[in-house]
Amino acid sequence: MKRFIYELSESWKIAAAQMRANKMRSMLTALGVIIGIVAVTLMGTAISGISIGFDKSMSVFGDDVLYVGQWPWKRVDDWWNYRDRRKIKTEYAEPINRMIATTPNTNLIVAVPTSSVYRSVKYADSEVNNILIRGTVSDYLITSTFDFKEGRFFNELESRGGANVCVVGYDVADALFPSASPIDKSVLINGQPFKVIGVISRQGTFLGLFSLDAIVVMPLPAFQKYFTAKSEADILVKVKDKTKLADAEDELTGIMRRVRGLPPEKKDDFSINEQQALKSTLDPIKNSIAIAGLFITGLSLFVGAIGIMNITFVSVKERTKEIGTRKALGARRRTILLQFLIESTALCLLGGLIGLCFAYLMCFLIGAAFPSFPIHFSSDLVVVSMIVAVFTGLISGFAPAWSASRLDPVTALRYE
Amino acid sequence: MTNSDVVRPVDSIVIDIENITKNYVMGEETVHALRGVSLQIHRNEYIAIMGPSGSGKSTLMNMLGCLDTPSSGRYEFNGKNVAEMNDDELAAIRNREIGFVFQTFNLLPRSTSLRNVELPLIYAGINPVAREEQAMKAMEDVGLGDRMYHKPNELSGGQRQRVAIARALVNRPSIILADEPTGNLDSKTGEEIMALFENLYRRGNTIILVTHEADIAAHARRTVHLRDGFIESDELVRAPELESEPLAVP
Repeated sequence: MKRFIYELSESWKIAAAQMRANKMRSMLTALGVIIGIVAVTLMGTAISGISIGFDKSMSVFGDDVLYVGQWPWKRVDDWWNYRDRRKIKTEYAEPINRMIATTPNTNLIVAVPTSSVYRSVKYADSEVNNILIRGTVSDYLITSTFDFKEGRFFNELESRGGANVCVVGYDVADALFPSASPIDKSVLINGQPFKVIGVISRQGTFLGLFSLDAIVVMPLPAFQKYFTAKSEADILVKVKDKTKLADAEDELTGIMRRVRGLPPEKKDDFSINEQQALKSTLDPIKNSIAIAGLFITGLSLFVGAIGIMNITFVSVKERTKEIGTRKALGARRRTILLQFLIESTALCLLGGLIGLCFAYLMCFLIGAAFPSFPIHFSSDLVVVSMIVAVFTGLISGFAPAWSASRLDPVTALRYE
Repeated sequence: MTNSDVVRPVDSIVIDIENITKNYVMGEETVHALRGVSLQIHRNEYIAIMGPSGSGKSTLMNMLGCLDTPSSGRYEFNGKNVAEMNDDELAAIRNREIGFVFQTFNLLPRSTSLRNVELPLIYAGINPVAREEQAMKAMEDVGLGDRMYHKPNELSGGQRQRVAIARALVNRPSIILADEPTGNLDSKTGEEIMALFENLYRRGNTIILVTHEADIAAHARRTVHLRDGFIESDELVRAPELESEPLAVP
């Protein structure tokens, strides 16, 4: 063991001396690894950036809210079986809440009906199109994850009475009221004035696809009066204990079957969705993007590794006599193997460190230039890329180091 | 007078070779480099192995140095059977029992002489402090106490060979195996190196000299001539008892 440590430290010294002696060659070889590590690391930052954005998008749904709807949040092959299901109605909220109230030890807190359409919103000369107009009740606040930039949500009285009030998303407020506060101003939707009583703070985009801030929320009676009473609805149900989500789902299924009046032999004609199910549907997509990205960037690292392997072969060849001498002085096969493995690993580690510095710099610059670009540099990434660099060194150095360790001392000593 | 006439204790035998052969396959042909060589070398002998090129001299040296194993025959080194050892066991024998001195010195060019001398100690697993101490001692023994931190290219040929000899000595090996140690040196420097070997011999070391030069071989006390893979002659040049008796093995 002691001998192994001495051999190890000796090998590191040799590797350092070797790099000093062949600066140009070492740098050029390390360049391959530098490029590889930069590519892999940047891809890693992008992947973790995407992943963080993904989780953030998912959190909008809340991990303790069940969504009752006509369609499941997953790909279905027999879509025709879902198409003809009866619509989910906003009126269901009332009986559901009644049943929740009468169920002992219920896992559910409250059911909230929502219904949505897309309309344009006007204020003075400005107009924003394609805004999600959502009608709901005051309990919507319980099932949601957003904060208020200013103002408040509508209260129960306004909710029941269907007052012409609304809460606007960040984008709507920003577009229509670039310099002033929208509070107490009236916006026009479908020609109908609604008084703004609150502004939701910025939510960002959902998976980068659409803005979560292009939204207007208003009391359900007002929504049904001015827009549509027939539009598709979702029922949001808040769960007490998110660790018992499955129990809550079962309970809600039972309630929904009663609300729908389904006889026992009939299958459910509604879907109960939750964040986790959506996640597990979308995760494979996210993962395959990550794998494809890492594979492609990994190829550049592979090219770098071939460069290391090549230069280590050259190094073994030109130091054949030295290997012979070392063997004559008592170096065992393992010693020689270790020496060349460490040389290739040292090169990769050097390349990895330089590459990491470059990657960090580039992340910093990209982050400064495009703040919305999903990129995330973490300490995990540093550790992982260093491990990758070491493994690259070990793998690429193995074949030449093995051939060196197998050299016959007599032949090696005679080599000129 | 042949070696067998000299009576020596059996336990002082370092190298005991009996009827070893070595065959190489070169293309279609099999070369019989050694065709049955028997040789006994005792502790504190100074022996020269001579022979023209192609006599099997180098092959015998590789065998003695445990760099290679024989095709057949028995080889015992300090009572250990070397002929059947694997690579790592041979490496351990080379490390502890044999000090090599090469014609071309074979120093590591980018290391100081002290580091060169330390090398066998690293492979022996000696700790850094003891390593440096022993290496310094060996450097002083060859008269290079003031050249410890010079690199080989800052030293003369004779000095380089002295460093190589210090490296061979540093592990206190059973034998010093020198292959044409003066082959790359001018005759004056060569004589200095031979004087160093004489000195080492008198201090109790066992020295095996492989050379084709008669005047170099003349420094040894015993000369073995090889020809065509056989020992042609094995004779004591000078009676070793006369000169080295005070320093003989206890």
